[in-house]
Amino acid sequence: MTAAIRVNRLGKRYRIGAAQTKFRYGMFRELLVDVAMTPVRLTQMLAGKGMRGSSATASIWALKDISFDVEEGKVLGIVGRNGAGKSTLLKILSRVTEPTEGTVTVRGRVGSLLEVGTGFHPELTGRENIFLNGAILGMKRAEIEKKFDEIVDFSEVSQFIDTPVKRYSSGMYLRLAFAVAAHLEPEILVVDEVLAVGDAEFQKKCLGKMGDVAQQGRTVLFVSHNMSAILRLTQEAIVLKKGQLIKRAPSQEAVDFYLSSGQAETGERVWEPDEVPASAAPFKPIALRLKDKTGKIVDTVRSVEPTTLEWEYQLDAPLTGLRVGLYLSTMRGEYIFTAFDTDDAKQYEQFGTRKAGRYVSRCTIPADFFNEGRYSLGVNASSFGVRRYFMDENALSFNVDASGAPGMQWPEPRQGPVRPRLDWKIEKID
Amino acid sequence: MAKSIELVRQPETIFIKPSTGLAALNLRDLWTYRELIYFMIWRDIKVRYKQTMLGAAWAIIQPVLTMLVFTFIFGKVAKLPTDGIPYPIFSYTALLPWGLFTTALNTASRSLTSNQNMVTKTYFPRLVLPLASVLGGLVDFVIAFAILIVLMIYYKVTPTAAIWTLPLFLLLTVITALGVALWLSAINVQYRDVNYVLPFLTQFWLFITPVAYSAKLVSEKWSIVYSINPMAGVVNGFRWALLGTDTGPNLNMIVSICVALLFLISGLFYFRSMEKTFADTI
Repeated sequence: MTAAIRVNRLGKRYRIGAAQTKFRYGMFRELLVDVAMTPVRLTQMLAGKGMRGSSATASIWALKDISFDVEEGKVLGIVGRNGAGKSTLLKILSRVTEPTEGTVTVRGRVGSLLEVGTGFHPELTGRENIFLNGAILGMKRAEIEKKFDEIVDFSEVSQFIDTPVKRYSSGMYLRLAFAVAAHLEPEILVVDEVLAVGDAEFQKKCLGKMGDVAQQGRTVLFVSHNMSAILRLTQEAIVLKKGQLIKRAPSQEAVDFYLSSGQAETGERVWEPDEVPASAAPFKPIALRLKDKTGKIVDTVRSVEPTTLEWEYQLDAPLTGLRVGLYLSTMRGEYIFTAFDTDDAKQYEQFGTRKAGRYVSRCTIPADFFNEGRYSLGVNASSFGVRRYFMDENALSFNVDASGAPGMQWPEPRQGPVRPRLDWKIEKID
Repeated sequence: MAKSIELVRQPETIFIKPSTGLAALNLRDLWTYRELIYFMIWRDIKVRYKQTMLGAAWAIIQPVLTMLVFTFIFGKVAKLPTDGIPYPIFSYTALLPWGLFTTALNTASRSLTSNQNMVTKTYFPRLVLPLASVLGGLVDFVIAFAILIVLMIYYKVTPTAAIWTLPLFLLLTVITALGVALWLSAINVQYRDVNYVLPFLTQFWLFITPVAYSAKLVSEKWSIVYSINPMAGVVNGFRWALLGTDTGPNLNMIVSICVALLFLISGLFYFRSMEKTFADTI
């Protein structure tokens, strides 16, 4: 067998603070200060230091010393938490960005799906966008013409094919976008988390299509947070952690390894200063903690007891309209809920503007909520309609122990992520 | 059938490694992606006048309105000399290449930032974007050219035998616009200051180009300095070829051409050397 992809000691370094975000909205004073500082910046730039030189020479390795081969016709899964370097790896393989060191040898045309619908223009019709998007993905015009009907069939939007896509529902838009991408026929297909969107029905169809691609003997690299998709589509998987390859194994083994060790298993996620992008300023996450009813930090909570979630953070400047919140999802990536600390109107009024300082936003999930299993907690800090300061969709994961929960007398798994204690009444009516 | 061909075809091998030193121009890659250039031009044209009431008529209205304003201010009020040519046609002949130049410069300089998600999500030679923007401007030029023909009939002006040189002047316009836009679009990726520089740049450039006035107003001893601006050569050439003014290309033209080529070649190399950072800094 020949290697379709050979990655050798690959590394990618990013400068942090390079993309400095200057103004927050409505901060007139800062604008004035910025104007006053202009001569200083100009001098720095002319002296060859640039914007990055003085403010932050700090850099992080998004990938470091990665080596692996993928044989022709194999499907390799890539798992790892956010920031582990998965997307950077795919970007290098699809030549969107250059590595800092190391080499990759790729045999064959690479089709990359880092996003569906890249280059779609809202004013153009579905038909026009198929051609445009196809060309962007590297298809020849004749190739697109040949597959046009197939693409339209797959997308299920044939009725609206001559309507501008801005009139499409988001589901239709996505179906069309994926349909184009799915008909790309490169020797090597690189797929990022594009399936995380769309309804369950469509996701199933996409997974099916990807399975077909693999059947045809193409080499596929597949990144997903959806472990069941990884298990279904890939034979082998690699696990990335903080830019390093820590495991390569048959998929089942790799997924087990990832679930049990790759994630923070302590019940606490602490953000080191170098893990926070400069663009988050003035918001600075410090730690996310999971506590049981006695206040102890735990990584396994009991379903029959209340659980406290707290997020500690610092504001380096006052923020208006800030909301700090959580996403709870299953390990398969299905959301269970999203909640913000200022969801309550009174609370929102009281904390309309938060002064600079250190804060904790804390909430309690009542007893009898979770079903047994493993869950993932994401965080988000944003001002609605203004800016998202910080987000980590996969900040912490934890286990739920269901002993004592309703229905435990039957040793069977229960469907669904919640396991409420419902107030059942049984009446005999005749 | 197609399948078996595909299996037989030996897949090409690509090496991905950090680039060092001066990047090769790699124009062959651009050729492979020629269809994408076509599609980008096609998209820009399709989209440009969408959801406007007057549509493609804007390609005519803009230069015609400018011509009317110029005719009133410079022709009637300031009474600038025009070598005996009616002022409307005198200015319109210059506004055609000038309009192409500014449109091309503006859209191409913003082409990378306005197609941000293409740059961060897919691979293609980034040169496609500014190139397609510049070439897309030619369509408006052709539409606006129709009005010139009308004006020439109305003022009974017959084009000179030198009309065949027009495509060459057009080429010089495209080269100049592309060369400058390559610099500006690459800088714009990191420093959005370019967006604020552009209006000043085009305004200033308009003043040093004989669009509203005749190049004869510039004294002889400055003419060589003046011709550093390739657009001056273009405008003079347009008037010479179409209206028969005696502003035809002379030795100064060589300076114009050299400057334009300098912009283009330096722009190409600068663009290529910055290209690898686009996806990370945009």
